[in-house]
Amino acid sequence: MQNVEAKIEALQSQITAMEKKIPSNKISMIVFSGDMDKVLAAFVIATGAVAMGMEVVMFFTFWGTPILRDKTKKTGGKDTMGKMFGAMLPKGTCEVKLSKMNMGGMGTAMMKSLMKKKNVASLEQMMKMAEEFGVQIFVCEMSMDLMGFKREEMIDYSGMSYCGVATFLEQANDSKIQLFI
Amino acid sequence: MSEEIKSTKVMDLKGLPCPMPILKVNKGIKEVEIGQVIEVWSTDPGSLSDFPSWARTRGHEILKTDQNGEVTKFYIKRLV
Repeated sequence: MQNVEAKIEALQSQITAMEKKIPSNKISMIVFSGDMDKVLAAFVIATGAVAMGMEVVMFFTFWGTPILRDKTKKTGGKDTMGKMFGAMLPKGTCEVKLSKMNMGGMGTAMMKSLMKKKNVASLEQMMKMAEEFGVQIFVCEMSMDLMGFKREEMIDYSGMSYCGVATFLEQANDSKIQLFI
Repeated sequence: MSEEIKSTKVMDLKGLPCPMPILKVNKGIKEVEIGQVIEVWSTDPGSLSDFPSWARTRGHEILKTDQNGEVTKFYIKRLV
């Protein structure tokens, strides 16, 4: 009898351990690209995932980081490299380009007007919706530092925080879907 | 045979492309009670595949799909 009880206990703890291994109904995305089309796709998936009942976390790193800058915000105290990166990289969503057929900006402008005509939501609108839906955004601290971005120049987005690789991996480990865009 | 489906709410999503129909429907269904039906009009061809996928995932039921020219009418019953 004692033997049976011990076995049940062992089974119970096994079940608890297994339950911990089941990932949440969550999707983790790395947004590495800074291209308008790719980031738009990321936000379409993000908002769609919320509609499908999933929790969504997005990690912005490298070329994805400048998209989260606010054009209207100014910061001082940058070094030469920081100033250079700051000037050369897009300042927010309005300056991002297509990954293909940009043609000196003409392609992007054409795509934007076509999107408007066809009622396709813009990147700005998608980001606003993502915020409304509670999509969490994490920004890679290392990219920020590397490109000399300051937190004061980033957009106001509720649910945005700064992190490193371990935060992403913890979230990804607890997600059913992981994407790298 | 052709039983009339009584819908509590009509959503006109004509002209909206992906992903808007699914985002709107997901919001709209929460505005009716469980057991009630919403009627959704969509012109997005992707909706024909997307609405069933969404309904299966969220546990709702599509009672009827009426395709008439460009507009498709979906009758979706809120189950959860």
